[in-house]
Amino acid sequence: MRSRRRRPKSRSCLTRSTASSRDLSIGQKRAVWAWAFLALPIVFFVGIRFYPAADALLASFTNWNIVGKREWIGVANYTRLAHDAVFWKVIGNTFLYLALGVPISLVLSFVVAYYLDRVRFGHGLLRALYFVPHLATAVAMAWVWRWFYQAPPVGAFNVWLTSFGFSQMPFLRSTTQALPAVLAPAIWAGIGFQIVIFLAGLKAIPRTYYEAAAIDGAGAWRVLLEVTLPSLRPTIVFLVVTSSIAYLRIFDYVYAMTNGQGGPLDATKPLVLMIFDTAFKHFEMGYAATQTVVLFAILLVISLLQLKALRSR
Amino acid sequence: MSSSNPAKVVTWTLLLLGGIVMVIPFAYMLGASLKLNNEIYEFSLLPRAPTLDNYRRLFERSGFLRWFVNSLLIGTAVTASVLFFDSLVGYTLAKFRFRGRYAVFVAILSTLMIPTEMLVLPWYSMARTFGWLDTYWGIAFPGLMTGFGVFLMKQFFESVPDELLDAARLDGLNEFQVWWQVAMPLVTPALSALAIFTFLGNWTAFLWPLIAITDRNLYTVPVGLASFSGEFQTEWEMVMTGASVATIPTIIVFLLLQRYIIRGIALAGLKA
Amino acid sequence: MTTKIGKAAFWLAAFATALACTGTARAQVEIEYWQYTFAQRVQAIDTLIKQFEAANPGIKVKHTHVPYDDFRVKIAAAIPAGQGPDVVQLFYGWLQDYLKAKLLQPLPASDFNVVEIEREYFPIVQQMKVDGKYYALPTAVRSLALFWNKTLFKEAGLDPNKPPATLAELVDYAKKLTKRSPNGDLIQEGLTIDMGGQDHHWLREVLVREFGGAPYSANNRQVTYNSNAGVAATQWYIDLVDKEKVGQIGFLTDGVTAFRSGKAAMTIDGSFRLGALDGQKGLDYGVAELPSNNGIKANFASYWVNGITTKATGQKLDASVKFLKFITTPEAMELWMNTVGELPARKSVAEKDANKNHAKYGPFIRGLSYSYATDFVNESAQRKVFIDMVDKVALKNVPTKDAVAQAAAEEQKLLDAFYGK
Repeated sequence: MRSRRRRPKSRSCLTRSTASSRDLSIGQKRAVWAWAFLALPIVFFVGIRFYPAADALLASFTNWNIVGKREWIGVANYTRLAHDAVFWKVIGNTFLYLALGVPISLVLSFVVAYYLDRVRFGHGLLRALYFVPHLATAVAMAWVWRWFYQAPPVGAFNVWLTSFGFSQMPFLRSTTQALPAVLAPAIWAGIGFQIVIFLAGLKAIPRTYYEAAAIDGAGAWRVLLEVTLPSLRPTIVFLVVTSSIAYLRIFDYVYAMTNGQGGPLDATKPLVLMIFDTAFKHFEMGYAATQTVVLFAILLVISLLQLKALRSR
Repeated sequence: MSSSNPAKVVTWTLLLLGGIVMVIPFAYMLGASLKLNNEIYEFSLLPRAPTLDNYRRLFERSGFLRWFVNSLLIGTAVTASVLFFDSLVGYTLAKFRFRGRYAVFVAILSTLMIPTEMLVLPWYSMARTFGWLDTYWGIAFPGLMTGFGVFLMKQFFESVPDELLDAARLDGLNEFQVWWQVAMPLVTPALSALAIFTFLGNWTAFLWPLIAITDRNLYTVPVGLASFSGEFQTEWEMVMTGASVATIPTIIVFLLLQRYIIRGIALAGLKA
Repeated sequence: MTTKIGKAAFWLAAFATALACTGTARAQVEIEYWQYTFAQRVQAIDTLIKQFEAANPGIKVKHTHVPYDDFRVKIAAAIPAGQGPDVVQLFYGWLQDYLKAKLLQPLPASDFNVVEIEREYFPIVQQMKVDGKYYALPTAVRSLALFWNKTLFKEAGLDPNKPPATLAELVDYAKKLTKRSPNGDLIQEGLTIDMGGQDHHWLREVLVREFGGAPYSANNRQVTYNSNAGVAATQWYIDLVDKEKVGQIGFLTDGVTAFRSGKAAMTIDGSFRLGALDGQKGLDYGVAELPSNNGIKANFASYWVNGITTKATGQKLDASVKFLKFITTPEAMELWMNTVGELPARKSVAEKDANKNHAKYGPFIRGLSYSYATDFVNESAQRKVFIDMVDKVALKNVPTKDAVAQAAAEEQKLLDAFYGK
């Protein structure tokens, strides 16, 4: 079964074609088509993403404040950042969002997708129910969740906790609980997206694989470990990388649940909120650009590491 | 697949309970939209005296319908563009071997890592230079192709069997036709998913449309909803109402495309 | 072409063109006015524009309003690009930033006489004068007052028409107005505690002074609330939660919500809250001047000002000057007060008996005469300093004295960074 997935046929096909002189042009022709397809998109990405990013990189070495002149100040912004206690706290928060958010959301969404995939009756309705949180506006949902976190008798969570005999929790009013408390609605809203992608991936697994496993007499666990998960590899890779990027870039829910403060005492502040504040509240565009460069570096490194780790086998 | 009926029922019930729990905050939002502002601070799920007054105010207040149409038009156009270009690029990166392939992929992937906050001002300068401000194009142009979509389509195109493509080539189809007629139909689940997410992402985009538009007739829904928040007060019942109405098209898009995913899979199953 | 006809044609064309040119000179000048989006403000400006255009047929004013959250970003992006407003409404605390960014030009002294301004307007407006020139003028100002819930007063056995007049009475009343459930959960607070709301202004400009100190030095460049008075004031504020237990940070998410929902008996808030509270069904509330302490009275005032941007030149500048003059006339201020609920910036208008003794506006107007407007260099950062200060004591058990000292140091850094540049 594994060899089927490695597609050796096409590879040898290509090797054969590049070997003979007459078929050399086919390979080259394909390459021409490839670049033709890529031409316009590359221009687009360079113009819309890379050029502004380069602009931001340059800006990080200046003290630009949106309207004034850009004065080159070398690495002064970077030194300032390194000595900024808030920055280090923010970096810690950002990684915590990643470390908690990605595993929890992926496990939850996989479990739901796995069982949902087998359900036929009411499948559409159930899937819609899980997806709805993803559709709702963050501002509106954050308002609702803030009420859930209130102290009793208003806050639903605390009312349940106390009725089961536990003591009430400060949630958003605690420097230790605030981050998980803010992360929860973000996970809640993000699961729908992951479930749909998992479902698409699960549906793409050919039935023949399962039939073969049934013939082999494999139990549910073995099927899961040896058929389902390996077949889902591209999907899992995709979700791990995109979810990591999403949680490292978390902003909407934090902003809406903490009145834009990222508090209490910066306990929930992620890097993007710091960038937002620096750029649009303090108008220090140069310093904000510096923070963006750092964020970009983190995202790039983590994504490359994950891609490598999840591909090697 | 061995699964006893009781187990199935239990699974189904648990899934349903989970689904209901997921939807509860959303239900609160809908409930709040039906309350007047004296009730909205009693945090109950159902309104005591439900009223459509907020909805009336929302639609009578200049613009909501206009914002809606704007968001719809732009969202549809951008989604179409993303579906076309991102699939094309994803397919190329998945199915063609050429030098620089991995570099191009990583480069496009890296565009996901640049936060919008930093791109917004260069985009503004660009839009101003070309006269795109206060136009649909000005709002739409940054989102016409996405690294996210390229990544997604690439992953799904990888599982398309090369034999089918080679067969099509032998039949005399050129590369574009191979992609459009043979490969694309095989990834409809992914296309549907991409369509949903692109539409949704566009529907909720706030920062760039806010900066690109000053003409109130061109507001998109999130920008318009922001006008319910003032310097010191937020009319929460209006925010809830606006948010409720804003969800409707996204739900419709999702419900429509969700069926298409299933249909697409059935067709693909028949072909195989 | 025969020379005769050619010459005639030429002169005819020239004459026609000259006519056309003078025609365009009499045509419209269009200027743009920007403010942030809020229903009543939009309404007020629209009305004023209609009146202005009727009185000035050659001028058209385009009214653009932008959602509050990104008002500053839009302006900052637009003006240097040669777009955006000719006349702009900005928060007084942003003046320094705008001047640094060269977004505003000084108001022509011939149209805006300095002596007259200082005679006519409340003293807080003088902060708009930099290097002897005024850069912007307000239509309206806001100040703080004590709001109280008359229904809850009655329930607690207090006279619903007699609000507390001193800080001691405030605490006393608040204790009587606080209700808890049998297991100690707060269900009604006597006074809202919300540093993210107006409380940071209350602490900074009012309480510190009422305890005998001053928040800043005379030139506004030194932080001086790190004094015994400052610590005492902060301690008094924090004691409301810890010792007197009359309120809780984050109760019902914020102070405004708590008061609007009838779960808080008293709150310190600004005149901008009147519109919202009037619209709150079932809320019977009163407004009173801020409680004094040891005979000291103080208040915090803030205001949005109208300035002319550097973009306006030539005819547009003239039109802008005319418009700015129009929206700062006494009549405009009365209209603004009745539509938006903010107080007139001219003393003559504000202190008219009808206004001074108004049930709702009166306490705010009377408070204006002893108000201070903080010279913010970065309002959101300075507000955060206070929010963090109180959180440190509440959540991290930092001693009040240390928290105040740290806050003062942080704020001093902000001021130094700003003025040092």
